[in-house]
Amino acid sequence: MLAAATLLALVACGHAVEQSALHPAGPQARKVSDLWWFALIVSTVVYVVTIGALLWAAWRARRREHAGAPLPPDSERRMTRAVAAGVGATVALLLVFFVYDLSVGRTLSPPPGGDPLTINVIGHQWWWEVQYPDTTPHGRFTTANEIHVPVGRPVVLLLTSTDVIHSIWVPNLAGKKDLIPGYTQSVWFQADTAGVYRGQCAEFCGHQHAKMALVVVAEPPAEFQRWLAQSRQPALPPTDSVTRRGQEVFLTGPCVMCHAIDGTPAGSNVGPNLTHLASRRTLGAGTLPNTRGHLAGWIVDPQRVKPGVWMPPNQLAPRDLEALLTYLQSLK
Amino acid sequence: MTHAREVVALPATDHEDDELAALRRSWRPRHRGLWGWLTAVDHKSIATRYVATAFLWFLLGGLNAALMRLQLARPENGLVGPDRYNQLFTVHGTAMMFLFAVPVMTAVGLYLVPLMIGTRDVAFPRLNAFGYWVFLIGGVFLFVSFYLNTGPDTGWFAYVPLSGPEYAPGKRVDVWAQLVTFTEIAGLVAAVEIIVTVFKQRAPGMSLNRIPLYVWAILVVSFMIVFAMPAVAMASTMMLAMDRLVATHFFNQAEGGDPLLWQHLFWFFGHPEVYIMFIPGLGFVSSIVETFTGRRVFGYPVMVLSLFITGFVGFGLWVHHMFATPIPQLGRSFFTAASVLIAIPTGTQIFCWIATIWAGRPRFTTAMLFAIGFIVVFVIGGVTGVMIASVPFDLQVHDTFFIVAHFHYVILGGVVFPLFGAFYLWFPKVTGRMLDETLGKWHFWLFFVGVNVTFFPMHILGLNGMPRRVYTYLPEMGWGDLNLLATVGAGVIAASVAVFLVNVVRSAWRGALAGPDPWGGPTLEWATASPPPPWNFRHIPVVESGSPLWSAEAELPVATGLRTDRREFLVTTVLDAVPDNRHEHPTETIWPFVMALAIGVTFIGAVFTPWAYVVGFAFATVAFAGWAWPRGTKPEERVHPGLAREAR
Repeated sequence: MLAAATLLALVACGHAVEQSALHPAGPQARKVSDLWWFALIVSTVVYVVTIGALLWAAWRARRREHAGAPLPPDSERRMTRAVAAGVGATVALLLVFFVYDLSVGRTLSPPPGGDPLTINVIGHQWWWEVQYPDTTPHGRFTTANEIHVPVGRPVVLLLTSTDVIHSIWVPNLAGKKDLIPGYTQSVWFQADTAGVYRGQCAEFCGHQHAKMALVVVAEPPAEFQRWLAQSRQPALPPTDSVTRRGQEVFLTGPCVMCHAIDGTPAGSNVGPNLTHLASRRTLGAGTLPNTRGHLAGWIVDPQRVKPGVWMPPNQLAPRDLEALLTYLQSLK
Repeated sequence: MTHAREVVALPATDHEDDELAALRRSWRPRHRGLWGWLTAVDHKSIATRYVATAFLWFLLGGLNAALMRLQLARPENGLVGPDRYNQLFTVHGTAMMFLFAVPVMTAVGLYLVPLMIGTRDVAFPRLNAFGYWVFLIGGVFLFVSFYLNTGPDTGWFAYVPLSGPEYAPGKRVDVWAQLVTFTEIAGLVAAVEIIVTVFKQRAPGMSLNRIPLYVWAILVVSFMIVFAMPAVAMASTMMLAMDRLVATHFFNQAEGGDPLLWQHLFWFFGHPEVYIMFIPGLGFVSSIVETFTGRRVFGYPVMVLSLFITGFVGFGLWVHHMFATPIPQLGRSFFTAASVLIAIPTGTQIFCWIATIWAGRPRFTTAMLFAIGFIVVFVIGGVTGVMIASVPFDLQVHDTFFIVAHFHYVILGGVVFPLFGAFYLWFPKVTGRMLDETLGKWHFWLFFVGVNVTFFPMHILGLNGMPRRVYTYLPEMGWGDLNLLATVGAGVIAASVAVFLVNVVRSAWRGALAGPDPWGGPTLEWATASPPPPWNFRHIPVVESGSPLWSAEAELPVATGLRTDRREFLVTTVLDAVPDNRHEHPTETIWPFVMALAIGVTFIGAVFTPWAYVVGFAFATVAFAGWAWPRGTKPEERVHPGLAREAR
């Protein structure tokens, strides 16, 4: 009971970052959260009754022992009745729980009605590739580690992986689903309130499993459409000598071996697509805030931030680094 | 076969008759010193070192856990990096599951079963020695690899493709795959011995309905081992090791293999494994409750059926580890139903124990406290277990700290609490000395508090989004305080284990003498000296009830007629334990050790080259030939060496 009270007190306090199954922001997570509170209350009652019976039995037996009193004559029958009642109650409660659980499962698993937005998410060691498909080639684009969705519209994520098994989990919105190489799975959710919801890989995937996060940005439909239109644009050509130099560093250095910037010859998809890098919130898959200083640190020595990450350290002349940073920061 | 009544005569008293002297001559170990140690076949000697070895792995695995807790105590802590951390949790899980929880349970079984059913040794004593050596080599191999920084680092479940040749180059995963094989061989060997011993060597009169509950539990577990372990042994040795060593493609999607196949094979073993650890714990609790309430456990048939149901249904749950993979809704509902169902037999047993305590005269010894602590802690793991049977809820907490909390409540509650209780109950039998009760109560309360302080906060961490197997987390996630609390709890657990170790060492050295039956226990192991002589019972007891020592009034009926001039034991029928045959017990030999070395060379060599199998095959052939070599005398002529010398 004390434990349950502590639990209640602790879950009540909020966090700066939204990553909790107990603060649902959509119908999927809400139904599960309701199921959890129901299960917690029933379990607490069951636990208190069981442990109470145990302690009472020990106390009674001890007192009887001290008093030298014999067992009641019909004790066998009473024990049989008590155990049978306990088993009966267990079966009944489990049945109730099972039916409730199936009903929740039934409402959550069918694909959503209406006009869902479909997004492809591809797991990589240790980042998320996010593709927005479209019927026209111009409408398609690829980004990373950040999923924008409109509020109030169901979203279907089609999930797969190119290397090992990952699992996508944004607890405020929905339960997790594995990204398995060779399989395509789907998960759907809907954000009812605008906000930034953090999620994290939930299937152990190697060295940097701990730093493989993403954010889901749920925004009002108009804002989402603006973001969509912006993201569909290729990167603007550099306008001044510094950014031109920066692009040159990018295209002639190691960066281009792994990263793509639409609108330039850089087209590799080994690492995250950087076309609109400057508009993203984080670096290194949710590891660092996207600031100039962090970007510089990440480019020069990513192993310091995420030991074991596939991106190598890059020794650049200070002027080249400055130009590269300016160029990358211009990619809004 | 005549059934004579006679007072339980304890061996090694001042008056030694010829019979006892003959027993001593034929059963005493043939060799002394190191050679004696390497050739031993006595089940008590093997089981004692088995338990001690498993406990050593428990301490080392616990050290890993302590380091993990220190690393997670603060956000962005720099104590260990991801590479080391991944090895820490992989080796922790692997050691605790493969090298501690299951082996320690079968080991205690190998000690107790022959004593509880009234026979002289296990059915295949040489096989028993072989199992121990294989287990020892496997454990040393894992920990040496780990301390040389080549410990496995892909989790105790080693999911492909992460553990496959492409994403886990080097030898780390091979170490894991071969370790699994070592432990599975040892486990299967122990299971076969226990099954045959229980079925064929029970004391006359111990029909199925008189078998102690603990023996039922370890019997059910042995059958589970026989059905569950081949799945993982095949998956790890044949498929994972071959994918890695000789480029087969069992799990390679690109070549028509399937990564999900691994998960099914692994969890088909992995979930029953939980019950393999846990069911012997239930047996311990039954023994403890029975001994310390002075009353037979209420509802014996129901208790036995519950064990069997748990054993059966335990094989129908494995997919609940895979709810986030592509499994059809109907299939998932089936596994939800099975996962919910399994709560019923366990709940039934808990109700029966409560009824037993109510009707009995409970003595609150340390062992009894651990049995009560088991219920208090385990039921928390039980109710969260029912919660995560639900697919939608599981998808929220799967692979988070909520699960870490859940299964530590289940395993520490259901395995370690009963095991510690069993230590306090049977330590006097094994060593002849009592464990100190004052230190024992410190041990219990520190452990009880430590477990709850460590693991309860993890439920909340998991619900608040903290995944498992992360070596660090960002400060802004708000997980720091509860993690710090959990680390403090881990320190308390460490303190309690230290108290336990002090207690064991001190008591083994100068604890109070126990005598044959310090607790007034009901089962046959209390009818012989503490520690028992190599022949266990001077005369094979005859059992007339389920709690023979309570119903025999100062006298335990015994069966006579076994030869004492050679090692001989009684074989009885499966159902009613009617005397059926006499069988000769093998003597000490080095060949099981040599065979285990051959296995060790093969599997450790196979980490590096497939040719190890060729070399190992030759080595094993030699060892097997030595083991099975005819000894030159006919069985009826094989008398004990003393007599043979005299004849010459």
